[in-house]
Amino acid sequence: MTEQPQSFAFDAESKALADKHIAKYPEGRQASAVLPLLDIAQRQCGGWLPRAAMDHIADLLEMPPIRVYEVVSFYEMYHDTPRGKHELRVCTTTPCWLRGSADIVSACEDEMGCKIGETSEDGVFSLGEFECLGACVNAPVIWIDDDYYEDVDPDSARKLIQAFRKGERPEPGPMTERQTSAPAGGLTTLTGAGE
Amino acid sequence: MLNDKDRIFTNLYGLHDWGLNGAKSRGDWDGTKDLLSKGRDWIIDEMKESGLRGRGGAGFPAGLKWSFMPKEDTGRPHYLVVNADESEPGTCKDRDIMRHDPHKLVEGCLLAGFAMGACAAYIYVRGEFHCEAGILDAAVDEAYAAGLIGKNASGSGYDFDVYVHRGAGAYICGEETALLESLEGKKGQPRIKPPFPANTGLYGCPTTINNVETIAVAPTILRRGASWFAGFGRENNTGTKVFCISGHVNNPCNVEEEMSIPLKELIDKHAGGVIGGWDNLKAVIPGGSSVPMLPKSVCDTVLMDFDSLKEAQSGLGTAAVIVMDQSTDVIAAIARLAKFYKHESCGQCTPCREGTGWMWRVMERLVKGDAEVVEIDMLLDVSKEIEGHTICALGDAAAWPIQGLMRHFRGEVEDRIISNSSRNAA
Repeated sequence: MTEQPQSFAFDAESKALADKHIAKYPEGRQASAVLPLLDIAQRQCGGWLPRAAMDHIADLLEMPPIRVYEVVSFYEMYHDTPRGKHELRVCTTTPCWLRGSADIVSACEDEMGCKIGETSEDGVFSLGEFECLGACVNAPVIWIDDDYYEDVDPDSARKLIQAFRKGERPEPGPMTERQTSAPAGGLTTLTGAGE
Repeated sequence: MLNDKDRIFTNLYGLHDWGLNGAKSRGDWDGTKDLLSKGRDWIIDEMKESGLRGRGGAGFPAGLKWSFMPKEDTGRPHYLVVNADESEPGTCKDRDIMRHDPHKLVEGCLLAGFAMGACAAYIYVRGEFHCEAGILDAAVDEAYAAGLIGKNASGSGYDFDVYVHRGAGAYICGEETALLESLEGKKGQPRIKPPFPANTGLYGCPTTINNVETIAVAPTILRRGASWFAGFGRENNTGTKVFCISGHVNNPCNVEEEMSIPLKELIDKHAGGVIGGWDNLKAVIPGGSSVPMLPKSVCDTVLMDFDSLKEAQSGLGTAAVIVMDQSTDVIAAIARLAKFYKHESCGQCTPCREGTGWMWRVMERLVKGDAEVVEIDMLLDVSKEIEGHTICALGDAAAWPIQGLMRHFRGEVEDRIISNSSRNAA
């Protein structure tokens, strides 16, 4: 069983952000803010949602706690147990698989010393799969702490992991000399100034 | 081939400033007030005449959809909801629109929202697009600060708000009524229709849900005219379209092209051709993972539009072209999609909840050939039992890739079963 903190409260920064989200929805519809508030709470708690945080949000949004728990268990990006310091997830759906995501998974598992679904022994990484990340023309893709690392190969995947382990945060985007989703061989359209 | 001067997304690759100044220099927010002053009916008529069909997959005529919103005051607010939960495998076009051309979407929200009498737009962005949602949020802030949206939006006298809402990882939230549930703070499980969202949508109010690209092309269509847009592509398949070309091509990319472009031309001109040449092509999934795959013989001549791909027993879907060369184990490629649908089924309808898992398990055995040949027909039967028997289209989407595989590559599936059983016998 995960050790649960006894209480939770938003810190000042999180509270301000939460209030900004709640204000987006009409009077009486504040439950709409449950997704963003869970996200804010999870970030404040270091990547997971203790029961106390869910209860606090239920209270704040006047929702029965069970409605918050079921939201947490329904969506992929909430975690109800603690995670490694960095969350690294490899997209393995068909477009990434066609471009070699199986080799990326192997490289990550080897470099981290843990399998998909596990946290590395030093607690630095949690390794997971993601279903299609929606960056298919830049496959294969690794998602690390909100950022997309694209056009990776086993070698660049290992280097990314080593960099994060050293406390660095490499620039996201394509890991090759490539402009976002443009063809790597050079532009075939939009060759003018574009202005 | 489409000329650059007729491309809508002139910053598709993010080579220029996405901010308000950059957007204005590319023509966004130009004369928005004048467009609004022409009135709701003019906007809807113009959209109808342009022939624009929804860019999210289903291809429903956009102007017609907007016209379903109540014209008279019902005493309830109206909403525009933008579906930015881009998650269909192969599809990554809305991402580029949000991070590189966000003002086209924000301006589109105002114009579309005004045409349907909406007080606000909620843009539902998939949770994984954290960075993209951040850029879009910043663009919305810029538009508020410049008086383009908010009270008296663009000086039109019309009040209109735009809000960005991030999801939290669930493919099913791309289904429009699941998206509404999620936006209301619930699990993303689709609603039974009717009632349709145009009458009972977000918070029980009249709501129209459109894809990002559908909304983002609207300002340019209204500025340049319906006939300009309708001049591209074939009848009933008009306009320009952002295509996503992934898989076994030399240069995977997103590109805006004319509708009805031949698939071969699209791949050869923009994606550097199939790896190993066109003759090395095995199959293409032409419209995102949910549509059936096509063998090379069909790809040789098929056009990238709704009607041509429908005739070929597939679909344009999101125009996400997934290319597979001769090295591909197509059975494994489809098995991976079966796993995707099993993972993403919301669990509400039994045929989908049980069926997607069952189909995936059979597909995994077919990858190894560890099955009987009769199981192929059994699998097809089960896929037919799922198709059309669920609240939403996820069940259909899970069935079609498998049906497409068997339609065109059944021989390969059978061969694997036979060689596996003869190996075991030996």
